[in-house]
Amino acid sequence: MDVRQPIATNGGDWLTKFGELWKKQLTQINESFGSSVQEVRMPPEYPTDVPIIYVQKESIIDVLKFLKEQPGFEYGFLADITATDEEIDPRFEVVYNLFSHQHKCRIRLKVRVSEGEEVPTATSIWLGANWAEREVFDMYGVKFKGHPDLRRILMDSRWVGHPLRKDYPLRGYQLFTDSEPVDPTLLE
Amino acid sequence: MKERKDRVAQMHLPAGYQMEHDPDDLWGDARVIVNIGPTHPAMHGALRMVAKLNGETIEKSYCEFGFTHRAKEKLGENRTFHNFIVYTDRLNYCSALINNVTYVRAVEKLMGVEVPDRCIWIRMICCELARITDHLICVGINAVDLGAFSFFLYGFHQREEAYTLIEKLCGARLTTSYPRVGGLMADAPEGFEKELKAWVLKTREVIDEMDELLTNNKIWLKRTVGISVFDKEKCLQYSYTGPNARAAGIDIDLRRDQPCMFYKDVEFDVPISQNGDVYDRYMIRIAEMRQSLNILSQCADRIKKGSIWTEDKRVRIPDKDIVHNTMEGMIYHFKFFMTGFDVPEGEAYTQFEAANGELGFYIVSKGSPRAHRMRIRGPSVWHYQGLTPMVEGEKIADMVAGLGSINVIAGELDR
Repeated sequence: MDVRQPIATNGGDWLTKFGELWKKQLTQINESFGSSVQEVRMPPEYPTDVPIIYVQKESIIDVLKFLKEQPGFEYGFLADITATDEEIDPRFEVVYNLFSHQHKCRIRLKVRVSEGEEVPTATSIWLGANWAEREVFDMYGVKFKGHPDLRRILMDSRWVGHPLRKDYPLRGYQLFTDSEPVDPTLLE
Repeated sequence: MKERKDRVAQMHLPAGYQMEHDPDDLWGDARVIVNIGPTHPAMHGALRMVAKLNGETIEKSYCEFGFTHRAKEKLGENRTFHNFIVYTDRLNYCSALINNVTYVRAVEKLMGVEVPDRCIWIRMICCELARITDHLICVGINAVDLGAFSFFLYGFHQREEAYTLIEKLCGARLTTSYPRVGGLMADAPEGFEKELKAWVLKTREVIDEMDELLTNNKIWLKRTVGISVFDKEKCLQYSYTGPNARAAGIDIDLRRDQPCMFYKDVEFDVPISQNGDVYDRYMIRIAEMRQSLNILSQCADRIKKGSIWTEDKRVRIPDKDIVHNTMEGMIYHFKFFMTGFDVPEGEAYTQFEAANGELGFYIVSKGSPRAHRMRIRGPSVWHYQGLTPMVEGEKIADMVAGLGSINVIAGELDR
């Protein structure tokens, strides 16, 4: 069986609904950011539910702002920021899932980033990106340039390593018996 | 202020006395730092908030979480797709069925599995039952935090009745693990629709009663109207979804706008309000429970007899009589539970309007029985992030109302 078939049929509802819109949007993105767009993966050619746009990390903020504000796009809702560990170079992919309240459709942006490299922060566009980026930093060690408060979020501040990296063991427990004290500098 | 200063100046004070502080600023430069949580009766679960207070007013605060972090996303990459169902219960444990259903739908979307009609109707019943139990506990606990205890008990009794219904479906009350990829653990028992309808009728009465008890109550109004306001612009900035966003006038409901299952075949309204305060969030939840009851009675009418399992052999769990009586069935059973089924290469973000907002599973598969990436987008994280700007400049007692009204569930927050 062709492994690429299933998503295409299952996402067929969205594909018939938004296929034309996505195509129009992608040509417009290509016109505006031609050199920054590394790769575009469209359903049904690639097994994904929505188009994936790979963007160079330097221009991710411009693309996000464009997608948020440009008429015909209006992806004003940041559904999620997360990352994946691909175990090749560039090692990480930072994933932005966006949703448009006007068109009721979704799109996905990805940024490839090597270990130790920084991605510009999206907190200037969505204040809510703050914690999501902190979580990416906590779990993968991807740093965000210009982030107002890049600390660990789920793990303890004394934690060593980044748990969602593929080379971090499943049972890599680290035990802390005392809680973190109040940090008065955060209250200034 | 000037008047008071003049009066102090007219007083006969001992020689050398100097008024150092402004008499209206009780604390002068002194501020009190209060640590609330992680274990505190006013916090819903193991959450921590540190607030700098001027008198009773919160000047600045920060929130911490992660105290019940159980590495769900890491486990998702190390367990088979079937094994992971049981972990999804422990996300939002007030509405475990919604998490289960959304997760199995996410895997089905990746695999292209279609499930029969009866299965979809039962899943819809599960989702709406879970939504009502979640809303009942949210408005109930919010009222308890503000001192209205009996209101909570009305809802809690009906919630237990709902759990009895869920128990009839799957044998468990809280952590259900009911759906399976491609089907359900068991079929609904004989006469379930009738019991569901009776429960819907009773719950309608109870919600009316709760509505009468609290909605126009003077104390409740004073504690909630205009408290913890989060307007439309802020909601968009902080990615608010669900009842909290709809209370601020964002007209979005994924059941209507990105319909899945049979939601486009049932009739329901999406309640919207404009003020975005605690009272509006409460009202939205009460209205939404009534809509869920409408959906439930439509489901009970339209559900028909039939199979609950897909025909797709990849995910079909063999029946017990085949397992116990045939060699092939036994081998297949072992292979299924020990190795799991392969999910074809691909990635998908599956979203659903959970009780609190948009619940999303972003799964990347590389063609093995384990996910390459299992991302859980819980609405509570984004809601809790907005708490700090929401309560700034408010009284510390109102923070409790605000936190209760956005319904942060620690299980989903920490994952």
